[in-house]
Amino acid sequence: MRRLLRTLLAVIGFGAVRRRARRRHEEAQARRAERPTEPDRRAENLVVAALLLAAAAALAFVVLYLVTPNTQLLGLTFGGALALLGLAAALAGKRVVSQEQAAEEYPEFGDERAQGDVQAVVEESGSSISRRRLLLGAAGLAGGALGAAALLPAASLGPNVDGTIAATPWRRGRRVVSRDDKLIRAEEVSESTFVTGFPEGATKESLGAPLIIVRVPAPELRLPPDRLAGAPDGIIAFSKICPHAGCAVSMYRHPRFRPTAPKPALVCPCHYSTFDPSRGGKLLFGPAGRDLPQLPLQITAAGELEAGGDFYDSIGPSYGRSREKPGRKD
Amino acid sequence: MKVRAALAALCGIGALAGLVLGPSAPAKPGPAESGRQLYVEGCSSCHGMDARGSPGRGPTLRGVGAAAADFYLRTGRMPLADPKDQPERSDSPYTGAEIRALVDYVASFGGPPVPRIDPRRGTVSEGNQVFSDHCMGCHQVVGQGGITTQGVAPDLRKSKPVDVGEAITVGPYVMPRFTDQLSRREIASVARYVDYTKHPDDRGGWGIGHIGPVPEGMVTWLLALFALVLTIRVLGEGTS
Amino acid sequence: MIQRLVRFVDERLGAGPALRSTLRYVFPGHWSFMLGEIALYAFVVLVATGIFLTFFYVPSDQTTTYAGSYAPLQGVTMGKQYASTLGLSFDVPAGLLMRQTHHWAANVFVAAIVLHLMRIALTGAYRKPRELNYWVGVTMLGLAIFEGFLGYSLIDDLLSGMGLVIAYSVALSIPFVGDDFAFLVWGGEYPGSSSFWPRLEIVHVLIVPVILAALITVHLLQITRQHHTQFAGRGRTERRLLGTPMWPGYALRSIGLLLFVGAVLFLLGGLVQINPIWQWGPYETWLSTNGAQPDWYLGWLIGGLRLMPPLEVQVFDYTLMPNPFFGGFLFPNLVFLVLFLWPWIGRRFFGDTRAHNLLERPRDNPRRTATFYAFLSWVFIVFAAGSMDRFYLRSGIPYEGQGWFFRAAAVLAPFLVYFVVRRICEELRDRGDHPLRGWTGRVVRRTDTGGFEEEPPTS
Repeated sequence: MRRLLRTLLAVIGFGAVRRRARRRHEEAQARRAERPTEPDRRAENLVVAALLLAAAAALAFVVLYLVTPNTQLLGLTFGGALALLGLAAALAGKRVVSQEQAAEEYPEFGDERAQGDVQAVVEESGSSISRRRLLLGAAGLAGGALGAAALLPAASLGPNVDGTIAATPWRRGRRVVSRDDKLIRAEEVSESTFVTGFPEGATKESLGAPLIIVRVPAPELRLPPDRLAGAPDGIIAFSKICPHAGCAVSMYRHPRFRPTAPKPALVCPCHYSTFDPSRGGKLLFGPAGRDLPQLPLQITAAGELEAGGDFYDSIGPSYGRSREKPGRKD
Repeated sequence: MKVRAALAALCGIGALAGLVLGPSAPAKPGPAESGRQLYVEGCSSCHGMDARGSPGRGPTLRGVGAAAADFYLRTGRMPLADPKDQPERSDSPYTGAEIRALVDYVASFGGPPVPRIDPRRGTVSEGNQVFSDHCMGCHQVVGQGGITTQGVAPDLRKSKPVDVGEAITVGPYVMPRFTDQLSRREIASVARYVDYTKHPDDRGGWGIGHIGPVPEGMVTWLLALFALVLTIRVLGEGTS
Repeated sequence: MIQRLVRFVDERLGAGPALRSTLRYVFPGHWSFMLGEIALYAFVVLVATGIFLTFFYVPSDQTTTYAGSYAPLQGVTMGKQYASTLGLSFDVPAGLLMRQTHHWAANVFVAAIVLHLMRIALTGAYRKPRELNYWVGVTMLGLAIFEGFLGYSLIDDLLSGMGLVIAYSVALSIPFVGDDFAFLVWGGEYPGSSSFWPRLEIVHVLIVPVILAALITVHLLQITRQHHTQFAGRGRTERRLLGTPMWPGYALRSIGLLLFVGAVLFLLGGLVQINPIWQWGPYETWLSTNGAQPDWYLGWLIGGLRLMPPLEVQVFDYTLMPNPFFGGFLFPNLVFLVLFLWPWIGRRFFGDTRAHNLLERPRDNPRRTATFYAFLSWVFIVFAAGSMDRFYLRSGIPYEGQGWFFRAAAVLAPFLVYFVVRRICEELRDRGDHPLRGWTGRVVRRTDTGGFEEEPPTS
């Protein structure tokens, strides 16, 4: 608060100082207007001083660069040299060189005779054409077709969308690994934590790869029967990629004491879309247009997590066909 | 017979007197006792007289351990004025000795002890990786803090290594717990990384808050453009 | 010696008349005419520092394991785009200075264009015969924003990587053509093919700068053809421009401004850290940090994306308008549509029908000024909403509540701003005061005999 007040006072004070400086300057200007070519020796001296200091700063930059290129010192010397050179130029422009004003006439546009002549020339050139519309139509057709043909090779730049946009690396039986390729065991997923998982033996980078896995206590699970099977022991996996704009859903809000804290939710840090894991990733808040897609899980005999199939819904940000029932590959 | 009965009666009266008058004024109360006293005065209204919690107000403290008690009390998150508020780091109203007494009292109900975290047993690069995978979604990549819907993830500028270890163990308020996933060495690495974030590598100059484009935009407008507009006001003067 | 040089050029190129008119070209006197030059000189710094950077940046997503001197990133796998930028920042003498200066220059470039645009829009400089030049300028604003986004996205650090996936989502969300367009740009589904990076570099380093340079040339040529506008004043009319000649006065001041812009940018580049990519780490699709923001000139888009309720427009099973379409595509296009239509709006509503060489002060046309500020306030409120998370962190005001406040403000505030600004303009115009320089009138007193006498000035 005090800092704000002081800044305000400085600005106001600055204004008062400037008013006085302006008055002095206006008087000097008036004098010079009467004698526009009278030299200002003081200004000339300042210009020379500024130029010499600029040279010194530039020299310092060279020395620093060769000896110890510290970013702060390099910026200070180089920027300082530029500032001093700029000061010299500004002083020269405002005080040293002649300050006469000049006048110029604005050009006037709108020569109707020329416009008429142009019109006449164009019309005359076409006066011997018998079937103007036919010729123009054919020319337009040729031009349009050639233009479209010229633009078409741009399509070579990219692949077609087809099915690749809906493909993920997840299949029934593909086991879940950590970032360090260690198999994730069901017992690691306790109720108050979240685990990031990836498909074993597949690339981790595609949007369909990363998972966020949490465990919901059985009495709280509210899933439709066909999805319940995909959440064994309440362990439920979702795509980690937010269906809003593709950021990683990297927050798990999990209260230690339910009555006084918000309920568990997966939250995306980009635009704060909030999803309810106990209801299969249902959107609670935020701009995402779809729920967080769930991946069915199974627990192997050895206690490891593996996928029970592909995601129930398409992952990642929405596009035209994202709500069509995806052809799930089991 | 009569003598034995009289002796027994005397013993009984003595014992009774001892029970009634027993541990009073002259003897100083032991730590367990003062812990309990502090607890009753400051905590029982939400956590129950028997530390089993109070419905809708405060959780049970049975089994939370010294780790939780020490974390909440030493960082001033507890006592909490309104149970509905988010506990936040603040100055504790208790002295160090009082906190120790309370922690011992809560620890007597079992649960994880105060973890011993030595950051030197981890590496800052491992800490960076673990922090990126588990923590930065809430706490921001260099620990400047952040938010989730209906919850604040505080910045970590005042967090000591033991705070980091306790928070990871306890999962306070809406923070998850990570002890099942992280080894002791990884937790030490996280603590080491958190220490690093208090003075990150700022070889580019003034760090302006370490949260990226927002302060950078402020410098652009309030420093650079301000200076440049002032410059052209001076340069353009005297020409009209 | 000068005479010999001029004769050499004139006798071979016939450049004498051109030189004469250039040296005698008259610039108007107001300081606000130099705002565009700040942008121009920031562009010069961008090109100069940018050329340096191209010698070190590697546009490849091939992975490498970091083994350099920065401990927190030891052993981390990263793409060569990120690694080469780290190397430039850590190991090349003056490398970090050049990188930071370049980034500060980009921020200042767009900010200066915005201020310049405000001066043009508020004073009527866009009116006939200068509409064409105005449209060139608005195009350059859009290109500058796009170019800056491309530039910092080249590095593939955590923050810019998050920005790229959001850009991908916005591209996907364009009705009908979105998925094909996104696949075209990225070479497949995000994170895209390896050819994405060299293409990104070529667009940022060659294609857009060449287009910008060409547009700047067209912009300057049109100005010299039509001459600058000027504010009204003694000796200044629609026919007669009075000001400082190019040589020597204006050229020296302009060179001074170039040097000062360079000075400010290099001082910032050395002293104030910007985009410390080593602290963010490399981007991975499964990583995200709290508090991630785009550079300031894209803050309006994150605000739009955050404020928009969870609406997606569907036709049967087909998602016609995914949610990012509204905040990320429709909103900026609406804003630029208004900017492009501004001359037409002026003809229709602010009386800008004839050709003008004289400018109006903002207060002289209250409706224009009020409309522009109302429009700006709309954009600014959406921009401010992009930081609701940090407001929550600082003030404790819940995020959800802030969302409703900003939505209401975005709708209501422009009307309020319109009325307030219009009143202020009308008052200022009628009173003849300058708000910063204070009252400059005189006090007149009635004498006993019925005449008027002036009171001596008090200051």
